[in-house]
Amino acid sequence: MEITFYIAATVAVLATVMVITRYNMIHALLYLVVSFLAVAVVFLTMGAPFMAALEVIVYAGAIVVLIIFVIMMLSLTREDVEQEKAWLQPKLWIGPALLSFVLLAELVYLLAIAEVPTAPSVASYVDAQAVGLALYGPYVLGVQLSGILLMAGIVGAYHLGRQKKKVIHRFLQQQEPQKERSAAL
Amino acid sequence: MEAATPNYLLIIGGVLFVMLNVAAALIWVERRGLALFQDRYGPNRAGPFGLLIVAADSIKLFFKQDWIPPFADKPVFVLAPAIVVVTVLMSFVVIPFAPGIVVADLNIGLLFFLAMSSMGAYSIILGGWASNNKYSLLGAMRGAAQMISYEVFMGLSLMGVVLMAGSFSLSEIVEAQRGMWFFIPQIIGFVIFFIAGIAETHRLPFDIPEAESELIAGFHSEYSGMKFGMFFIGEYMGITLISCMIVTLFFGGWLGPDFLPPIVWFILKTAFFLGIFILLRASMPRPRYDQLMEYGWKYLLPLTLLNLIVTAGVLLWMREGV
Repeated sequence: MEITFYIAATVAVLATVMVITRYNMIHALLYLVVSFLAVAVVFLTMGAPFMAALEVIVYAGAIVVLIIFVIMMLSLTREDVEQEKAWLQPKLWIGPALLSFVLLAELVYLLAIAEVPTAPSVASYVDAQAVGLALYGPYVLGVQLSGILLMAGIVGAYHLGRQKKKVIHRFLQQQEPQKERSAAL
Repeated sequence: MEAATPNYLLIIGGVLFVMLNVAAALIWVERRGLALFQDRYGPNRAGPFGLLIVAADSIKLFFKQDWIPPFADKPVFVLAPAIVVVTVLMSFVVIPFAPGIVVADLNIGLLFFLAMSSMGAYSIILGGWASNNKYSLLGAMRGAAQMISYEVFMGLSLMGVVLMAGSFSLSEIVEAQRGMWFFIPQIIGFVIFFIAGIAETHRLPFDIPEAESELIAGFHSEYSGMKFGMFFIGEYMGITLISCMIVTLFFGGWLGPDFLPPIVWFILKTAFFLGIFILLRASMPRPRYDQLMEYGWKYLLPLTLLNLIVTAGVLLWMREGV
């Protein structure tokens, strides 16, 4: 199990790096899907199959599809890729890279001084029932808060989509006043 | 956990072999079936009952020029047809064909099926986008919207079954149907899953992503040769998969009277639903795109939620009674 974890984790890191460095948005999103799948495998190796399945269904299956949906509507062309290239100069990487290197060094140091826990195996197996009990037991507040957040999202989407553009066919446009007059008579 | 015994490899090979052949055979079954329903002959020249049409079709697909349009996004264009076949074949991993004949009896089998079917949406989206053709793009966008919407009801309609069986494992769901097949208490769930299944495989009443009268061939307009063949075979494997899932979840899987072995019951039931899929294609008109979405979100979603709530309520009430 250990080796599958490290392979999946490496794939996840590499795929995420590719997401950031791609100029073409659809290619970047494809790597994002790979990254989510790798994270799902990580969940699986850590003994959480239910979380792994939900990761694939919700993130890789639904959310990225919606993002791709929006990007297809924008109809990106060659010029957009060129512009992206112009914006993302290599020298822009220097600052963030230096800062995150400091963080990485700290992380490695903390991992090095931390006590090595015993390998999580069958003992920490979390099935669907355990997830449900935890969600509706100690974490019920979180479930309700996310429910409120989603509700706000739905109401917002409804508000944006409510204004229906009224289109009257050109034949009807002329008939409309006549009809009203005949109705008045 | 069992090691990779020869028996285990035999099951994997057998499932793969049978599924690929079933998909090819369905080409013939569908063409003859459609002809029968529409009062004409269909392919009846090559071989007995026109059976060799399958060989002719496959040879034609293999030897056609495999052309990638110069304006297409090549890596994504090549990747898209593979995704549909891979995701559908992966879904067959969790289906219990008979006691013991299952590639991997995962305890999250049902979720695995849902995950794979949601990954299948990428083949349409990426194929249509990579073709760089406006008809393909329109087809891909319709496909994306349709599959995302119907996935929601597909997952929710199955939760009633999960509640009654108390497990995500498909073989445990089949075992839970010993007393009564789930299509009786879960008739709403069954109907909604069936409709969502047609929409997920974009079969004829809901083949809006590839509506040939408006969009030429939709997302696979630019595909030729074996890449088109992958989409084609993927669709047939998709309906086989949905039929298998319907049988497993609502019609007792391999269960049946003792005079036939379990695997035969499974095959018979699956064949029945494959026949219904073909009959639907012969008899149903295609709805308009907005009608399809409206139907899904305004009628199917509330009905599914209601079914889920009622099922959960009745189960709780019965447990109180005991």
